[in-house]
Amino acid sequence: MTPQVEILLICSVTAAACALVGAFLVLRRTALLSDAISHAILPGIVLAFFYTENLASPLLLGAAAVTGVVTVAIIEALGQTRLVKQDAAIALVFPALFSVGVVLIARYASGVHLDTDSVLLGDPAFAWIERLEVAGRDLGPQALWLMGAVLAVVVAFVGGFYKELKLSTFDPALAAALGLAPAAVHYALMTLVSVVAVGAFDVVGSILVVGLMIAPPAAAWLLTDRLPVLLGLSVLLGVASAVLGYGLARLGDVSIAGAMAVMAGLLFAACFAFAPDRGLVAQARRRARQRVAFAERMLLVHLLHHEHTPEADRECRVGHLQEHLHWAPALAGRAVRAAERSGAVRRLGADRLALTEAGRAAAQQAMVG
Amino acid sequence: MIELDYTLRTVALGAAVLGLSAGSLGTFAVLRGQSLLGDAISHAALPGVALAFLLTASKAPLVLVMGAALAGWLGTLCVMGITGRSRVPQDAALGIVLSVFFGLGMVLLTWIQARPTAAQAGLDTFLFGQAAALVGRDVVTMAVLGAAALVALVVFWKEFKLLLFDPDFAAVQGFPVRSLDVGLTTLLVVAIVIGLQTVGVVLMSALIVAPAAAARQWTDRLWGVVVLAGLFGALSGMAGAVISASAARLPAGPTIVLCATAVVAVSLLAAPRRGLIAEAVRTLRNRRLLRVAGTLEDLYTLALGHADPHHPHPVATLRTMTARPEAVAPTLDALRAEGLVAPVGDAWSLTVRGLAEAHRLARHRAPEAAPPPR
Repeated sequence: MTPQVEILLICSVTAAACALVGAFLVLRRTALLSDAISHAILPGIVLAFFYTENLASPLLLGAAAVTGVVTVAIIEALGQTRLVKQDAAIALVFPALFSVGVVLIARYASGVHLDTDSVLLGDPAFAWIERLEVAGRDLGPQALWLMGAVLAVVVAFVGGFYKELKLSTFDPALAAALGLAPAAVHYALMTLVSVVAVGAFDVVGSILVVGLMIAPPAAAWLLTDRLPVLLGLSVLLGVASAVLGYGLARLGDVSIAGAMAVMAGLLFAACFAFAPDRGLVAQARRRARQRVAFAERMLLVHLLHHEHTPEADRECRVGHLQEHLHWAPALAGRAVRAAERSGAVRRLGADRLALTEAGRAAAQQAMVG
Repeated sequence: MIELDYTLRTVALGAAVLGLSAGSLGTFAVLRGQSLLGDAISHAALPGVALAFLLTASKAPLVLVMGAALAGWLGTLCVMGITGRSRVPQDAALGIVLSVFFGLGMVLLTWIQARPTAAQAGLDTFLFGQAAALVGRDVVTMAVLGAAALVALVVFWKEFKLLLFDPDFAAVQGFPVRSLDVGLTTLLVVAIVIGLQTVGVVLMSALIVAPAAAARQWTDRLWGVVVLAGLFGALSGMAGAVISASAARLPAGPTIVLCATAVVAVSLLAAPRRGLIAEAVRTLRNRRLLRVAGTLEDLYTLALGHADPHHPHPVATLRTMTARPEAVAPTLDALRAEGLVAPVGDAWSLTVRGLAEAHRLARHRAPEAAPPPR
């Protein structure tokens, strides 16, 4: 494999793992715990790194997982004192832990292969250099194996505890009543987020990992109401962000991780605007349709009201609608056309409107509700 | 030596200015439950810095700060738009804006770095901040911006206060709630961009939240929280800058954040009424009072079964009546010290005062179930 293909694979696998755990974070409205965890695991990573002096050591994963869970526990304990709100607790805890990590690096680790920039930003461009070799044979980049293993763990967890995850996400009270231990599921998920974050920080850094965890699932949520579809779409959108982002980065010779986040953002924006049922365009069209439908019913009621009255000839003209109902000409035209199409109104001459039998019934129906 | 002192003075002054403005202006965000908005704004500011440099080729602090403010403001609008127009919850919207804007900033920074002109050096200090690089004109820019924001806060104090505590009432009274909301957010943006160069986009949000969270523990009055938060912020900034300058390889941004965190920790523990220590003392005292009252009432209940209300009862009997038998003996000693019970051999009886007190307690608890003592 060429380095390009390897980098692309590493990015895709990372994005897939992020999107899969991220989907549950978004649905559980704990999206920003990913931000907190990805920053707060830094001191854990640094301490484990001092011990092993190897950034790809599995011990780092363990240390990060423990630190992540401890972080969440501190945040929740702080929130439970009621002295600060939950969101303030998040904003207090993770910068403090992150600062501890930065200070540790600056004080004791300057010169070794661990600097704050690489933690914060990551860089997939160099992720393929460290190789996994067994008995002298090159088996591919270490990062790919690491992220592959992380992805496998995530898939196994989501597959194995699908029922527990689903129920504790959508109805924690019922999950507790059925003995599915939502608290245990919560902390297991947080462990998983920590593991993914530490696996990914080498590739995309601790800030952009948040984007890969949140943006694809949030976009997928705008496209579907079904959990399995949402999980599939999240992974798909995540991988698409990785591939498109890599393309953009190659094209402009810019940061790969940054470009991946930008692409994730653009894909989210596209879903936000054009999602079939919930996008901005769909919302606007639905509102426009409802306006015309309402105007059509108003028109029928108006015609019924003036039917067989002396002023009927004046009131029941298309031109008069603007004046009487304060409609814009375009809306009046659309309402009349809609009424004609549905066979509720027919024209007597060019301008004069009259109700059909069906239209009269519809108008009476509209008035009684 | 004089040169060094001057640098340190500049840095400490700058850090104090940013702590003061971030602390006092951040108070509103924290009290409104928008603590993490600051995090999103500070990350969203990064592409603004890069774009401002790209467009003007200038690194004047005011230009970069303006770019940062515009981008941060745009990020806030995106968050509002996403939460208002879709089912995506606010925390996810914040996360998306935070990392996508930051990603864009990274793309722009790397793009600038690849240009032939090498004039971009120093832009990446916005990531972690670099207090040591502060010079006089930076501090002046920061002070002017911070003062302007604080003046705006004072001028619209009444409106912002109303928006904070009762936005519905403010709307009914005809205040332009939406504009006020945008205005308050703009002040937050200003407070954040003031500190970006010193503390960096990653840690700036901590200086918005920490001073206010600490100040809130000491007082219930809004102006008190705002003033105290400004004070805590300035103190953390100055202390952090001085500490980081006095030790080798101790970056200023994280040190300032850790100082602010220490202030929060002390406040959470030691604040007079809300603090955890005060709370623990209160709980212990209440528990003791309940135990004392419980044992007194147990004796009273036993006494009601006898013709003589001062009939003594053994400790063993009292022990069977409570959830914490081991606490009965010390509680009886405490009651004797107050003259409410008296030992009679191995047993204990109510004194006259003890009987009156027990009756008062029993009547207080269940008036109809407590007949007067015979």
